[in-house]
Amino acid sequence: MALHVTGLSVGYGRRPIIEGLDIKEISGGSVTALIGPNAAGKTTLLRALAGLVPAKGSIRLDDVELASLSVAGHARHVTYMPQALPQRVALTVLEATLSALMSGEEGSKSPAQARLRALNALERLDISDLAMRGLDELSGGQRQLASLAQSIVREPSVLLLDEPTSALDIHHQLRVMQLVEELARERGIIVIIVLHDIAQAARYAQRIIVLEQGAIAADGSPAQAITPATLARVYKVEARVEACSRGFLQVIVDRAL
Amino acid sequence: MTDISPHATELAAYARLVRRRVLIVVGLGALMLVALLFDIATGPSRLPLGDVIAGILDPASLDGPARVIIWQVRLPYALMAVLVGAALALAGAEMQTILNNPLASPFTLGVSSAASFGAALALVMGASLPLLPAEWNLPLFAFIFAFGSVLLLQVLAGMRGTGVETLVLFGIALVFTFNALVALIQFVASQEALQQLVFWSMGSLSRASWGKLGVLALVALVTSPYSLAASWRMTALRLGEDRARSFGISVKRLRFFSLLRVSLLAGTCVAFVGTIGFIGLVAPHIARILVGEDHRFFLPASMLAGASIMSLASVASKTLVPGALLPVGIVTALIGVPFFMALIFTRRERL
Repeated sequence: MALHVTGLSVGYGRRPIIEGLDIKEISGGSVTALIGPNAAGKTTLLRALAGLVPAKGSIRLDDVELASLSVAGHARHVTYMPQALPQRVALTVLEATLSALMSGEEGSKSPAQARLRALNALERLDISDLAMRGLDELSGGQRQLASLAQSIVREPSVLLLDEPTSALDIHHQLRVMQLVEELARERGIIVIIVLHDIAQAARYAQRIIVLEQGAIAADGSPAQAITPATLARVYKVEARVEACSRGFLQVIVDRAL
Repeated sequence: MTDISPHATELAAYARLVRRRVLIVVGLGALMLVALLFDIATGPSRLPLGDVIAGILDPASLDGPARVIIWQVRLPYALMAVLVGAALALAGAEMQTILNNPLASPFTLGVSSAASFGAALALVMGASLPLLPAEWNLPLFAFIFAFGSVLLLQVLAGMRGTGVETLVLFGIALVFTFNALVALIQFVASQEALQQLVFWSMGSLSRASWGKLGVLALVALVTSPYSLAASWRMTALRLGEDRARSFGISVKRLRFFSLLRVSLLAGTCVAFVGTIGFIGLVAPHIARILVGEDHRFFLPASMLAGASIMSLASVASKTLVPGALLPVGIVTALIGVPFFMALIFTRRERL
């Protein structure tokens, strides 16, 4: 499975956010992290890949041109998890997960099977005990996990996650990242994930794309993409990138430039 | 897979939840039927409840005046109350979901103001349509404007870059515009026309007739299956617009058809019984407290709650002031608010 993006342009109104962006083939089975400073266009790129904003250019998944598909056609391949979580919703975690399966064109499938799939997704995220709890009673982290369940339950070929760990404690951050990596490997799917934490991106992603003002500032393996020079240019910080005693990349930020 | 069926505990818990929600919906249905019977049995001429029921089942058993009272007054009024309550509540429930706004109702977004303007045109300016019986003139004008106001919202929604908030703001702008226009007409109106207009805008079931009942029933029968068919999509929309679209739902389409249903339901109600606020706003909230927002239960529960409140309001409008029939629009809030407050203060859990 492979995703090719060529000549992608996205803008809200007349203001272009991304112009003529090309991304080298993103292959399935691994995690690609999208990092960059605020307003770099990370969310816009993810929403464009999900078909949620009008975009020009080509987004090709194997032989399928995603850009030409309808909303329903897109949803067959791609699922997007927004960063914003719904507020004041009187639904249980299980009902919300079920709606991810029952509301689209697969809605005609057997409800019994949908219930099993939804419960499997919750189990996978270790939140089976929250199934009957209302979304409104949950903590921010639990709601983020519930939202992730609504994404993985659809078993997409392309899973787009917008800062899925921002509200989680360190244990759950690592659990989610491990799980996402496992899912990518097991199902051979493409996972593109926007992250704020550079070290976490370096630890769990096989490839990192650094975005700056709608353009690619660096792209490659963590060691290639995350360098003091890139961090200085893109994030305006003086930083060291060092391997720790276990060999993982660590980013130590000394000061803002 | 293990030999014991996976997730047995959760599945059983979910089955219990569904059963409880079905029971609540059935309970609301029973409440509505009781309220309806009370409504039919209440009135200035004291007919015993037994006679009323017998008279409905077998009209031939009634003497002349009783038959007229039951079949030409009580039944149409009572059925109109139930239908109007259900229709306004369904319209309100759909609006609150598709506009993602708990304050949305057919009346917050200008539908009733537009209808009042149409009514004012017909009553005061003597506007009329050719080839129609005069008694249908006013409802038709009210309907055309109510329907038109939602179509105007639709046009705006279809324009690029229009978010839900713009839509709500535009609806509020419509309220003020039409209220100003109605005030202008009132300013130039004669005493007599003014009085008629004020009474019309209060909302009353005394305009009910079998013909109007038929029209409203037809509208409700045509629209509600589509609403129920969209229930999973609306449930998903509660999780956010991006989320819903990512599930493959064309939110634009969903919103368009939902607003179309709302305009038909609300337009017809306003045209026949005038302005009855509150039901469309509060019945969905009551339903939400009772059954949550799985729209398979939420929509029917809203309709039944709306029908029950309206029916009870109709009873109250006949009994509050002995010998007088108050316009029901005045009573709905008086009946609904205590019910609503009691629910808010007694609920122990959210779902």
